[in-house]
Amino acid sequence: MTEKDPNLLLQHAPLLQQGMTTPQAMRDVLYALLPVTLAAVWFFGLGAILVLLASIAGAALTEWTFASQEKGGESLLDGTALLTGLLLGLTLPPGLPLWMAFLGGAVSIGLGKVIWGGLGHNLFNPALVGRAFLLATFPIAMTTWAPLTGADGFFTVQPSNLALPFMQSGTDAVTSATPLGLMKFEQQSTPLVNLIIGNTAGSLGETSGLLLIAGGIYLWMRRDLDWRIPVSILITVMIFSAILDMVDSTRFPDPLFSVFSGGMLLGSIYMATDPVTSPITPKGAWIFGVGVGLLVVLIRAFGGLPEGMMYSILLMNAATPLIDRYTQPRVFGRGKALT
Amino acid sequence: MDKTQNQAYEEFIKGIWRENPVFVQVLGMCPMLAVTNSAINAFAMGGATFFVLVGSSFLVASFKNLIRKQVRISSFIIIIATFVTVADYTLEALVPTVHKELGAFIPLIVANCMILGRQEAFASKNTISMAVMDAIGMAAGFMLALLTLGSVREILGNGSLFGVDLFGPDFEPWIIMILPPGGFLTLGLILLVFNWFTVKKAQFIDKVAAAERSSS
Repeated sequence: MTEKDPNLLLQHAPLLQQGMTTPQAMRDVLYALLPVTLAAVWFFGLGAILVLLASIAGAALTEWTFASQEKGGESLLDGTALLTGLLLGLTLPPGLPLWMAFLGGAVSIGLGKVIWGGLGHNLFNPALVGRAFLLATFPIAMTTWAPLTGADGFFTVQPSNLALPFMQSGTDAVTSATPLGLMKFEQQSTPLVNLIIGNTAGSLGETSGLLLIAGGIYLWMRRDLDWRIPVSILITVMIFSAILDMVDSTRFPDPLFSVFSGGMLLGSIYMATDPVTSPITPKGAWIFGVGVGLLVVLIRAFGGLPEGMMYSILLMNAATPLIDRYTQPRVFGRGKALT
Repeated sequence: MDKTQNQAYEEFIKGIWRENPVFVQVLGMCPMLAVTNSAINAFAMGGATFFVLVGSSFLVASFKNLIRKQVRISSFIIIIATFVTVADYTLEALVPTVHKELGAFIPLIVANCMILGRQEAFASKNTISMAVMDAIGMAAGFMLALLTLGSVREILGNGSLFGVDLFGPDFEPWIIMILPPGGFLTLGLILLVFNWFTVKKAQFIDKVAAAERSSS
């Protein structure tokens, strides 16, 4: 990716310099995620920072180990490993033992990126690969949600955070249920205001709908993000869950609840739009978004898990090469369709 | 005499490392992935495969002049299936619990392409003693691979080895390791390390050769 092929330098006199580089794009996403990160620390206490740092450390260390083999650590400096670690950390529950977060970061980069050939070659979103691995490996720890600590408990670190490596977290941890869990297993809704502000239990970075959307708008203004993907996901989810809600409103939540609960906003704005693993054509982006939206509602409504954002993005990631292939625009002056 | 001994040793040792059926030839993946969720299962499967491979290599090498070329594959399969049936009933009589866990994978040894491959590629073309040495080496290599994978998966997935608890009650098991994905992940990682090692060794040899050329 960093190799310069002199045969491709077909430039002609004065050209505007394009300032968009990989490190720049990564910095933009980091800025967009900054408010969400701060909110996570505010809601869940200092332990949140430790979990985030552990997953970033795992990701960066793995990247450095493999990158230094080839290019003298160059690929660590573009910030992609940092971003992957942060995104993974934001999808983890607050009380997760730090060594699990570290392991997740290492798996994200190792299994999600390096093994495919590095940046730009991976089929699946690295952060979600790490999360899927953690969910399959430690299903209990990954679905144990520590309660909000609030402003008083800013310096709280969950005791389960500090479990020794390879050891279990304490069994007497205080837990609470996520809005989606309450909805699915107890048919109990959560007020929309709480979902928008973010004072509900859940993964570190998924609770505050308002800040997630604000970050998304910033990214869209900076042209870092294909707006078609989040918009099509959210519209599909709203339409599909409105239909289900009309059929049986006690079992299925209303559209706004569906959009603001769980990892919906975090996933659709920051993960589904990963330029490496989403379609490059505009038509493909719509298909991708609709696919993710349909899968999420299907998993949430009829699957065994309360949340399905991760699996639906991963499944559509797998379909991305196919979508790209069938949505290529017609070459000007050529036949009807490109096969 | 010395020469044949050397050759026999060579046939034996190649199966364990240089032509390891699993790590280098990537054969016999079905039992490799399916029954390595604990070390004891891996050991039983390795033992059964060992018996079948050595027995059928011996028979095939003995009968190689009697078997018509046109029907050799089916003849090999019948010979292998005979030994598999013996192994199946023996395991069922001796260790019924392990036999129950391995289930359909004992009869499936018939379809293990590593065994048929050795008959076709080696036993049917070599003397009895060489065929047996080759079979022992290959089976030992297969057993080694099964045990490696089974141990890693049992230690991480269950915190124990051969059923003996290693880490005490507070150990957090890696559930994925005793599920099918764990087999793929572990095998992939081991293959990665093996290939990395091979490449590094080749690079080292090249480097030494280049240094020798430039110095002379």
